[in-house]
Amino acid sequence: MRLKRKDLLGIEELEKDEIELILSSAESFKEVSTREIKKVPTLRGKTVINLFYEASTRTRTSFELAAKRMSADAINISVSASSVSKGETLKDTVLNLEAMNPDCVVVRHSSSGAPHMIARHLKSSVVNAGDGAHEHPSQALLDLFTIKEKSGEINGLNIAIIGDIAHSRVARSNIHGFTKLGAKVTVCGPPTMIPPGIESLGCRVTHDMTEAIKHADVIMMLRLQLERQKKGLFPSVREYSSLYGLNKERLKKAKKGVLIMHPGPVNRGVEISPEVADGEHSLILEQVTNGVAIRMSIFYLLLGGVKE
Amino acid sequence: MDPEAGIDGLYDIVVMGGRVASIKPSEGSLETTEGWDVVDCTGLIVMPGLIDLHVHLREPGEEYKETIKTGCEAAAAGGVTTLFCMPNTKPVNDNESITRFIKKQAEVSGVNVHPVGAISAGLKGESLSNMAELKESGCLAVSDDGRPVIDASLMRRALEYSKAFGLTVISHAEDVALSVDGVMNEGAVSTRLGLKGAPSQAEEVMVARDILLSELTNGKLHIAHVSAKGSVELIRAAKKRGVKVTAEATPHHLTLTDESVIGYDTDFKMNPPLRTKEDVEALREGLKDGTIDCVATDHAPHSSVEKDVEFDRASNGVVGLETSLAVMLSLVNQGVFTLTDVVRFMSANPAKVMAIAGGTLKLGSVADMAIVDLEKKWIVEPSSFKSKGRNTPFKGKELKGKVVKTIAAGNVIYEA
Repeated sequence: MRLKRKDLLGIEELEKDEIELILSSAESFKEVSTREIKKVPTLRGKTVINLFYEASTRTRTSFELAAKRMSADAINISVSASSVSKGETLKDTVLNLEAMNPDCVVVRHSSSGAPHMIARHLKSSVVNAGDGAHEHPSQALLDLFTIKEKSGEINGLNIAIIGDIAHSRVARSNIHGFTKLGAKVTVCGPPTMIPPGIESLGCRVTHDMTEAIKHADVIMMLRLQLERQKKGLFPSVREYSSLYGLNKERLKKAKKGVLIMHPGPVNRGVEISPEVADGEHSLILEQVTNGVAIRMSIFYLLLGGVKE
Repeated sequence: MDPEAGIDGLYDIVVMGGRVASIKPSEGSLETTEGWDVVDCTGLIVMPGLIDLHVHLREPGEEYKETIKTGCEAAAAGGVTTLFCMPNTKPVNDNESITRFIKKQAEVSGVNVHPVGAISAGLKGESLSNMAELKESGCLAVSDDGRPVIDASLMRRALEYSKAFGLTVISHAEDVALSVDGVMNEGAVSTRLGLKGAPSQAEEVMVARDILLSELTNGKLHIAHVSAKGSVELIRAAKKRGVKVTAEATPHHLTLTDESVIGYDTDFKMNPPLRTKEDVEALREGLKDGTIDCVATDHAPHSSVEKDVEFDRASNGVVGLETSLAVMLSLVNQGVFTLTDVVRFMSANPAKVMAIAGGTLKLGSVADMAIVDLEKKWIVEPSSFKSKGRNTPFKGKELKGKVVKTIAAGNVIYEA
C-alpha cells in the first residue's frame, strides 16, 4: 500500500480515506516499538534526511526513531536561524541534499509554505514537520490516532482547542483532521489570538473557556509563547492563565472522562497545571509514544511498497 | 481611438516633425508623397501612447534587476510611451544629479521618462528633500514610494512645500505599525496559509490621514496603488468635497485576489497585497465613476535572488509593463470596462493627473501611439520579456490583445 502522493505537506489536502489509511497502518507499527528488537527491515536501503530549521527535540527524535525502526538510514541536519541569513538559500540547500539521492526529506521551517517550495524542487518525498503557523500534519495524525485508540471513534466527538490559535500550526492541522473525520471542533482563546476567518476551516469560536470545555470529549491545550506578550496579544501571564489555563478547578466544569492533550513542550503552570498535565485524564505522554508509530506509518506509505 | 478627442473610427493620421499633423476620417486611400513612411493599421487599433505613473527602473544601483534601457524597452513593448519612475534607487533619487542621470540614460529609448524625486532626503522620512532642485532638474512629482511617510508632520510639510513648485506628492499609503510584518492580505486565506496578514485598514488609515493633510494644506496628493475598498470610499468622499486628490490602481489589484497566494508562489507577493473579491469590485467601481483616475503598473522587477525563496522572505513586487494593456483588455472582454474606458485610464487620465501633454492624438499633439491587435491571443512567457524581471503573476495566462507597434514622437520604438 502506498499514498497516492509524493509528499505529505498538510492535512488540508488529504482525503478522509488517506487519513484513515495512515491511522490504521500505524496500529501495526506501534507494536514494533514494544518489542525487544525494535526494528523491521521494511525501509532498508532508504535514506531519510531530517532537515530542521527550527529547534525541536520531540519531533526530530520521533522522526529519527521512526526511520531507524524501519531500518532506513536517517541523517539529521539542524540549521540555526543565524546561519540561514548569511548562508546558502533554502533552495540551494535542498538541491544539494537532493544531489545525494535521499528518498525522503523531513523538514521543519519557520516560514509557512517552505516545505511546499522544497517539494516543488525535489524528486524525493517531502514530509512537513511543521511550517510556520501553517501545518504540522504528523502531529495532527498522532493526535487523531491517540484519541481513536482511547475513544474508538472520532466521528461525533466534541474537541476543544484552547490557546494561541493564530500562531499554531498544530491547531490548523488538527482542525482539518478532526473535521474531516466528523468531529466538531471549538477553538478558544483571547480574541487577539484567534485569526480572522478561522471559522472558514469548519470550527466554532468562543472566548469563554468554560463554555468551550463544557461539552468537550477532548481538550487540547496549546503552548503559550511567552514572547507574544510583548506584541500586545495578552497583558500578563497571570491574566492569560486565569482565563485560558487548565487546572483542576476548571476541569470540574468539563465532562467526566474528558481526555486532555498537549502537543508539548508544556509550560507547566501557564496553560496547564502540573496536576492536570500529570493527571489521570492526560494523554500527553501517549501522544509522544504514538508519534513514533504515526511517523513509521507515514514513511511506510510514502516510501515503502512498490512504486505505482 | 482617442477618447479625449472623441475619436473612434477609421482615420488617417499624418505625422510630421514628431507631431500629429493631420487626423481625419479615412477616405479610402491617402495621398502620400515619395519618401513618406506608411504604417498600414488595417484591422488594428491606434491609441495614444500609454502613460504609466508608477514604474521602478532600478537604475542606478540595482542594474541586475532592471536597467533604464531594459525598463524602457519593456515599456515600449507594452505600448507605454511615457513613464514615471520611482526614486527608491541606490543612491536614492533625491537630487539633481540622479534625476538628470535617469533622464539622460532614458533618452536613447525614445520613451518619455519622468523621474519622481524623493519626498524625504534619502527616503529616510526625516527631513524634506530639496524639492526646488528636483523640480528644476525635471521632476514633476515626489514620493517615498516603497515606504510610507510615517511622520504626519513631515507629510504635512511635504504637501505644503511642494505647492511652491507645483509638484504632486505621491503617497504610498501604509501604516506600518498596523501592517507590521504582514506578507499578504489579512483574512481567511492568510489564516488558512498560516502567513502573517496585513489588514486593508493599514492602507485605509494612511489614505484617510493623507487626504486630511491635503485638505489642511491644499497640496496636490496622488494615492499610489490603491488596493482596498475602504480607500476607494475615502477617496470618493474626499473628491466630493473638493480635495485635490487623485489615485491609481494596478492591473493586478484589479484582477487578482488573495486566493492566488494559495500555493505560496512569491510572484503573487507585492505591497500592497492582493485583497479580496470585494476589494477588486470596489476598485473597478472606483475607476468607472472616476474615483480612481488611472491605471498604473507599479512595475517592480526582482531577480530570482529575491523571489526564489521562502514566501515570507521574498521581496514585494511584480512586473507589469509588458502585460498591463492586455490584462486591462481582458476586463474589456469580460464586459467590465469598455475599450474607450481602458484607453482613457491608461493615457488621457494619467496625463491629466500629472498635468502633462500626451494621452491624445488630436491635431498638434506629440505623436505617441500604441498600435494594438485586439484579436491577437498570446500566452505570457516571462522568459521572452524585454524586462529583466520575470516576476509576473500572469505567467502562463492566455491574454488577448497585443501591442504590435509603439511610436514615440513619430519614431517607431517597438515593433513586434
